[in-house]
Amino acid sequence: MANCLHLDPSELETLLPENTLKTRVPQYECDRQVRPAPSRFRNEISKYILLRNENCIHCGKCMTVCQHKVHVTYSGYKLFPKGRYHQCIGPSCAKTDHYCVDLCPQRALQIAENPMIKCLGDFRWPADMILATWIMAQTGEVPSADYGYDYECGDSGGGFDRLRFQFPDNPPADIEGEVDTTLELNRRDDGRPRITIDVPWYGGGMSFGSVSNTTQLAKARAAVAWNTFTCTGEGGYMERLRPYDDHVITQVATGLFGVREETIQRVPIVEFKYAQGAKPGLGGHLLGDKNTVSVARMREAVLGISLFSPFPFHSVYSIEDHMKHIDWIKHVNRRALISTKVSTPTDVDMVAVGSYYAGTHIVHIDGGYGGTGAAPDIAKKNIAMPIEYAIPKVHGFLEAEGVRDAVTLIASGGIRNPYDVAKAIALGADGVVIGTAELVALGCVRCSRCESGRGCPRSIATTDPELAPKMDLEWAQQRIINLYHAWRQELIRILRRLGLRSVGELRGRTDLLMHLDFPPDKTEDIQ
Amino acid sequence: MPEKYHIETRPIPPRRPRVGKYGIVDWREDCCRCHNCVKKACIYDRHREETNYIRNLTDVDALFFDCMGCFSCVQDCAKGLLSLSLNPVYENLGNAYWTPEIIRTTWLQAETAKIPVSGAGYKGRFSGPGFDAMWTDMSEIVRPTRDGIHGREYISTSVDIGRKPAFLHFEQGELARPIPALVDLPMPLLIDMMPDQYRLSRLEPAMIKTARKTDLIALVDYRSLPKLARSQLRHVAFYLDQGVKMPDADMLRQTRLVEIADGPDVAERIDAVKQIHPEIVAVVRVALTSDGVERAVKLAEGEVEAIHVVADLQGNEVGAERPRFIKDMIRKIHRDLIENSRRDEVTLIAGGGIALAEHTAKAVICGADLVSINLPLLIGLECHLCRRCEPGGSCPAKLEQVELDYCVGRMTNLIAAWHGQLIEVMGAMGMREIRRLRGDVGRAMFFEDLEEQTFGKLFTSGS
Repeated sequence: MANCLHLDPSELETLLPENTLKTRVPQYECDRQVRPAPSRFRNEISKYILLRNENCIHCGKCMTVCQHKVHVTYSGYKLFPKGRYHQCIGPSCAKTDHYCVDLCPQRALQIAENPMIKCLGDFRWPADMILATWIMAQTGEVPSADYGYDYECGDSGGGFDRLRFQFPDNPPADIEGEVDTTLELNRRDDGRPRITIDVPWYGGGMSFGSVSNTTQLAKARAAVAWNTFTCTGEGGYMERLRPYDDHVITQVATGLFGVREETIQRVPIVEFKYAQGAKPGLGGHLLGDKNTVSVARMREAVLGISLFSPFPFHSVYSIEDHMKHIDWIKHVNRRALISTKVSTPTDVDMVAVGSYYAGTHIVHIDGGYGGTGAAPDIAKKNIAMPIEYAIPKVHGFLEAEGVRDAVTLIASGGIRNPYDVAKAIALGADGVVIGTAELVALGCVRCSRCESGRGCPRSIATTDPELAPKMDLEWAQQRIINLYHAWRQELIRILRRLGLRSVGELRGRTDLLMHLDFPPDKTEDIQ
Repeated sequence: MPEKYHIETRPIPPRRPRVGKYGIVDWREDCCRCHNCVKKACIYDRHREETNYIRNLTDVDALFFDCMGCFSCVQDCAKGLLSLSLNPVYENLGNAYWTPEIIRTTWLQAETAKIPVSGAGYKGRFSGPGFDAMWTDMSEIVRPTRDGIHGREYISTSVDIGRKPAFLHFEQGELARPIPALVDLPMPLLIDMMPDQYRLSRLEPAMIKTARKTDLIALVDYRSLPKLARSQLRHVAFYLDQGVKMPDADMLRQTRLVEIADGPDVAERIDAVKQIHPEIVAVVRVALTSDGVERAVKLAEGEVEAIHVVADLQGNEVGAERPRFIKDMIRKIHRDLIENSRRDEVTLIAGGGIALAEHTAKAVICGADLVSINLPLLIGLECHLCRRCEPGGSCPAKLEQVELDYCVGRMTNLIAAWHGQLIEVMGAMGMREIRRLRGDVGRAMFFEDLEEQTFGKLFTSGS
């Protein structure tokens, strides 16, 4: 099994505290093989629908010609039931020799865009991007171009959605061998373990309470499979996560829910969460309805009351105080790397550099357009800058300070697909953290009701005893494993088209990008 | 610590059916009547509510559109008979500036008095015109404490209207000139008169009562003065349009603020008002036409102590072919006043286009001391902004039939929700006093600046 810690077991023993060694449980193992994980819902949402008129004589020709198995019939039934429309590639099929609409002898078929698709998605996550993410989670591959899913950009009209890669006219000679997508997280050379993850992203902090137990475990298992990390969020370290200790980042947030020395000692990375991008400066907030029996027990709180994680740390009012915190964690866990998660105020660059000097290994900047379980709408829209501005600002400042190669810069808050990953890295990040994309892979439709009443109607972000069990753990882990596979494959394709051999070579290569509002002289290379 | 500003609220449910974004299309033919119908499983119980709604339907002008859009029933129906649709009424709400989203969130705030909270990430555009082209800043690790949101500290939202002299004059140890009167409002908000096309007789008493309940001030046109109790006058400011005679002296003396339309004789009219009531603060209302900005700056050079600049309902320069937006006009006035060393001598009130709580904070950051609002209060009463207000017209909100308590409750709720949101953004910024936020553009980030500093630097030829 892949191990992100470059340590043999004997070294681990010297580093792990005695009580951790005593209580350490066997670690979960999981392969990263892609397996089909079709939707758990009976009726999939499709981009196209097939209309069949009364001229149909039920000859079955459409069934025989369709390569995508859209048309179905059941023995004993005369009429065609509703087909598998989500597998239909739509009008682009017309250029093939198996287009049912043209081949129907009665001209009884017609393909139209599903009118319901207008109800799905939003400017950040248009319907095409959600549907494409579902296909990736189902198959482990990005959808073929035939589907016509425009999933590489959203419709927000700015940031990543106005950035494009400038792929060369003539792709460079084939890159031989494997393209390296690994990411090293400890660049400080401070005697602490080197930790390398196999993909340049890890899972964002989602606490038990904001999401279900199944969601948390599925994320953890996918992290094991892909030799990367997941994060506990600030809701405490569930005992159920112990078999995944080596792939867990535990969060020390302002509420200090469930933070104990023993939980800090279990993990290879400890994250200080100062702020989160969706509600910068406002702390965390778990609404009373979601403080269910199990959550209240985990957080040692009273059932049903709203739980606030105040802002800021009341023991931190300067970088020196921050350093004191980091020293505390480093003392408690001698092998831990420290990540500092901050949002994106105008002085985010100063904060990042200060955090580096305080001893952090990973600076994690969380932009304003990311997701969260509950945030005031006014904060999500208005407070702090989008991540697309913050990445080059921090990257440039760290470079100017001469410390860029001694710290890992992680970006999050609006990373929706492999193109966003590549763009964030090209702007100057080393890697990214993803959250919403994982939830979409599990069937999230972004209805924004995570926070209310019993929580998520899709069984993802809820701890309601009736709703949460509706999602199967094995299915969920496979969906995320498949998603990671599709993203990595697409990222490799992007790197190959750019003539790069590793994701590290892409960092800061803004020359490979262009912005539609600042067009270069030559625009014909735009993807 | 001063007593905290607190607005008493209670939920005021809508009178009319909710106009949600989604509706469920139920294709009942072919239903197999299965025992585990997805309609029963709706966690919001909307299918049952819809059935009840239709059963008790007396008025057929509004269908049931209150689905949350989670697709659960659509995707789980055994026969695939359900689908979602966008509500055409929702899509047609308001106009390009007063979008359906703004109207819907205003309705919810007027109903609940709560700060709108939702899950998942931001779903809107990256940025946009007007106030959407700026973000407010927040303080990270190294700025002072900001505990006001949860009540451990006090974030003050109170503002003063009136002149704040740079220094005091003393003669023989005594004040040589009296300190100018100031009107203290607990929130940077002035309740403005409704625009003519929305001026309904039932609204003014409600606005005045709301002003009293929230300790704010409502502007009332002196020409169409409703019947006022003496106790209400403290929360009323008479608006004196050009040519309108001086108000009744007794009544005027009970008020704290008066607003006078700009005109050639504005100085004389201010004098006339002050003759009657020397302690009153006089505001001059200036329409932001093509010369509105210059006029406001010029007025500040004289003896005017407060200026109310008003753009059109969309926040645009009035009557201009390529209008400037109010945020830019406020910044220009604010900067010019600073250059003329007059900024603290005059209070700047900005109105027109203030549609959301965030616009208040952003207008203050741009340089206004406070803002004035009218349409949000009307929208809070379930108005669609369809302009079908004529008597006997087909007003979908039936505003001719609204009751006073309902209006006051909803308007109060909305103001309370705005106050809460103001505290949120100020708390995030690390600001404890809104007076200090005025003109502090360092607490904001502007789209044009960030684009230029980031992408302009990276992608402009030759860089």
